[in-house]
Amino acid sequence: MAETNRPGRLIVDQGTKPYLPPFMKLRYDKGRDRWVLLAPERILSPDKIAVEILQLCDGVKNVEEISGQMAEQYSAPVDVIQKDVVELLQDLADKGFLKAF
Amino acid sequence: MTDELKQNGHFESVTVDDEPTAGIEANDESAGILCARAPIGLLAELTHRCPLQCGYCSNPIELERVNAELTTEQWISVMEQAGEMGILQIHLSGGEPTARKDLEDIVEAAAKAGLYTNLITAAVTLKRERLEKLKALGLDHVQISFQDVDAENAERIGGYPGATAKKLEVARWVTDMGLPLTINAPIHRQNIHNVGRYIDLAVDLGAQRLEIAHVQYYGWAFLNRASLIPTYEQTMQSVDVVEAARERLKGVLTIDMVVPDYYAKRPKPCMGGWAKGFMNITPAGKVMPCHAAESIPQLTFDNAKDRPLLDIWLHSDAFNAFRGTDWMKEPCRSCAFKEIDWGGCRCQAMAMTGDPTNTDPACSLSPYHREMVAVAREESHQPVKPYVYRNPKNAAQTLKAKKEDAELTPAE
Repeated sequence: MAETNRPGRLIVDQGTKPYLPPFMKLRYDKGRDRWVLLAPERILSPDKIAVEILQLCDGVKNVEEISGQMAEQYSAPVDVIQKDVVELLQDLADKGFLKAF
Repeated sequence: MTDELKQNGHFESVTVDDEPTAGIEANDESAGILCARAPIGLLAELTHRCPLQCGYCSNPIELERVNAELTTEQWISVMEQAGEMGILQIHLSGGEPTARKDLEDIVEAAAKAGLYTNLITAAVTLKRERLEKLKALGLDHVQISFQDVDAENAERIGGYPGATAKKLEVARWVTDMGLPLTINAPIHRQNIHNVGRYIDLAVDLGAQRLEIAHVQYYGWAFLNRASLIPTYEQTMQSVDVVEAARERLKGVLTIDMVVPDYYAKRPKPCMGGWAKGFMNITPAGKVMPCHAAESIPQLTFDNAKDRPLLDIWLHSDAFNAFRGTDWMKEPCRSCAFKEIDWGGCRCQAMAMTGDPTNTDPACSLSPYHREMVAVAREESHQPVKPYVYRNPKNAAQTLKAKKEDAELTPAE
């Protein structure tokens, strides 16, 4: 099935392998010197941490692995990071902006 | 809307809606960050030709002729300039944008310019091969309007037999191809009882978004208002249905709602503020801060054929006329909400009070407000009369009759 017609709500947990579907465009906006995430009739402006998380969402790594990498990079406790990652991704999933394997 | 914009701290979010009067919606900070440099949304009305004849259309009564439309090269130049100046999203609309034989060239130019490309279509004449081609050229999102959920009523409203089956077919192609789909539901007294069923239809079609777009009364819709405006009770009920569904369908369907303002206490922040983040180009190339701005006779508009878009955005008289708050009179000037609602809608102030610098009569502080509400309540309780279909013949007749628009009388 195509990205756009999978039924039901995606619940993000540690085993979820998230990815941005092709209709979501994560771009660096040179003129504004910031990242933008373009969606149908929406523009999201992610902060640095959100951008790093989104760049790790390749449909291969799961949430646990993504959180591990973030924890390492920021020398922070992985359980704290994972809670933040799940919350961020669930929020995107609830807007239809994130898919997963 | 505010629920939609709640974020978890890592994102600012801005809505860039093609709906009349919606424009940019966000909290001040988010919009400010993105719009400081350039507009973020562009509504390109490629043509006024349309196979449908909906009487709720917000296009001006005076429809642009085919031979006045911008050429392919001119639209391509618009897309290139839009990308360069920092516009992020483009809505290709009309009229019916697929009536342009060169839509492929325009979509290709938009995608190359880095614009997120939305096609706003009635879908009744769209072929599958053409949609596939548009997707391959970089189209990002498709929005299809449904005039009602009941086929017979929908086809009466749009004046196009067989429309519903065709729209359903195209909607399924869109999701099959992996393109995100928005269902647009233009809501008025003749279909407001079906808001709940619109939501079911959107879920059934696998749409990602549904726009419950209560008609805004401009152009043809203003002309036909007495046949369209819902009662206060119907309006409130429809809002309740949407709010309940939003909770139930979290993660399945996003529902955006544009509510009618005749029953409001506070005016809408029309377009997110005049010339703040949104630009509109007519089929003939006039560059305007909103789709209805031509209804303000004091304004003159530059044409994309003659002047660079960025120059028009920054320096044109029309864009600067009501930008910010300096133009405001009382009660706006001293109002604590003046940078929240920006005085409401200039076109509505013009249409109903005869002066575009007046407070929008939708505001309860406007001396015209009570009469506006009274008009809405009175009209909405009348039986629905046949309305004036939007087509060139009726445009000519209406313009010929050109009776003065009935302006309101302010309270003593």
